Amino acid sequence: MMYGFTWDTATPLTYAWSILPIILIGLTVTLKAAAAGFAIALVLGLVFAMLRRSRWRSVSWTTACVVEFLRDTPLLVQLFFLYYVLPEYGLTLPAFLTGALALGLQYSAYTSEVYRGGIEAVPRGQWEAATALNMTRMQTYRDIVVPQIAPRILPAMGNYMVAMIKETPVLSVITVLDMMALANMIGERTFEYLVPLTMVGLIFLILTLICSAGLHRLQKVLPKAGIPLR
Amino acid sequence: MTDNAPAPLIQFAGVTKRFGALTVLDDFNFEVAPGEKVTLIGPSGSGKSTVLRILMTLEPFQEGRLTLAGLSYQEPGGTGPFKASERHLREIRSHVGMVFQSFNLFPHMSVMRNVAEAPVRVLGLSRDEAQARAVDLLAMVGLADKKDHFPSQLSGGQQQRVAIARALAMRPRVLLFDEPTSALDPQLVGEVLAVIGDLAHEHDLTMLLVTHEMRFAREVSDRVCFFDKGRICEQGSPEAIFTAPSHPRTREFLASVLR
Repeated sequence: MMYGFTWDTATPLTYAWSILPIILIGLTVTLKAAAAGFAIALVLGLVFAMLRRSRWRSVSWTTACVVEFLRDTPLLVQLFFLYYVLPEYGLTLPAFLTGALALGLQYSAYTSEVYRGGIEAVPRGQWEAATALNMTRMQTYRDIVVPQIAPRILPAMGNYMVAMIKETPVLSVITVLDMMALANMIGERTFEYLVPLTMVGLIFLILTLICSAGLHRLQKVLPKAGIPLR
Repeated sequence: MTDNAPAPLIQFAGVTKRFGALTVLDDFNFEVAPGEKVTLIGPSGSGKSTVLRILMTLEPFQEGRLTLAGLSYQEPGGTGPFKASERHLREIRSHVGMVFQSFNLFPHMSVMRNVAEAPVRVLGLSRDEAQARAVDLLAMVGLADKKDHFPSQLSGGQQQRVAIARALAMRPRVLLFDEPTSALDPQLVGEVLAVIGDLAHEHDLTMLLVTHEMRFAREVSDRVCFFDKGRICEQGSPEAIFTAPSHPRTREFLASVLR
């Protein structure tokens, strides 16, 4: 994907300017992977949290084991497992999907704990009122529980989102051409790693700062809109 | 109850409920006729609230038999703590509503949505139908002008009146009141009792009320049941219980609360 690109290594600045377009292509991949991974983590985390509260022991116990396993094994191992082992059993996913799935799976274990804490903080009376109104458990989660915990768990979810964005370079080991992978390739061609890696670092710093500022802003805006965070 | 009384709507037959080693209801027998207004009084821990919570399927029980409108609470071969399927429990719940001591309104919903949400989600009413029903009920409890407020913007008495409207919006045959005024400041008790008192004139509505408001119990009830140690120790008309209690425990209790 780097054919047709030329770089000018005369000075660090011209070098940086000439490789910026490639790095930005990598950035879009990084952002897509993080977005897809986080979407998976948000949905799956809630599913895990709900299953863990199931009335059937076998369901809650199995879920607890799965969550614990996902939490306590390294992302890199999970990534290699999904990428190299699953195809042996006939399930071959593109590198990008595999990466997003691995990120989503690992972080769903974290988000499920955040959901669980939030759900446990919902007073018993809310569940009882929903039961008295003959709502199903699904309706209770959707209309009563999740809307109440959403503003409260927002800060914790935001922190995991930032953490996940910072972990996306791991996907380069399974040939996802994210920012890190491209910077590395440029380095291999030019034998000049300092500038591309510095650029990647700076872009991650900017991304993280933007996310933190956005979260900070949400935490100020939501209480003003009448939605309490605690 | 006389011989030509209608078949009971609610029937507890030998129900025993334990929390661990503690027996809350002990071989409990109790019947309620359709449309009857029954007040449950007694010392705390005597099992009054547990009767309501079992009827609302918030608590399972271990032994005995309970039926409501011909539906048995426990299904033959039923599993889980309730020994019944969720589907069966939901059929039972469709006949019962409950008003809680701590109101339990949904804090993230406006008063209007608190009342209209379940009729839409559970009964399948259209938004317009449910809101029309909610407007009528809120007018009935005197809160038509508060429909766009949030629960946190209302006084305790107003919140409890919304909770009553919310329960009524589901059109239950049986309405359970679990100490509806116990969490209220004294000056707010009257407005809630006034609403409950109005409901007591509804012929079709069966009411079970756990309360410490003895004067109110005397005014609205068809029957008063005095609970002690997980059983009904004495029951009868309000006049009989309040003016001529026969059991020493009843006399003792009434002397302590009517002082």
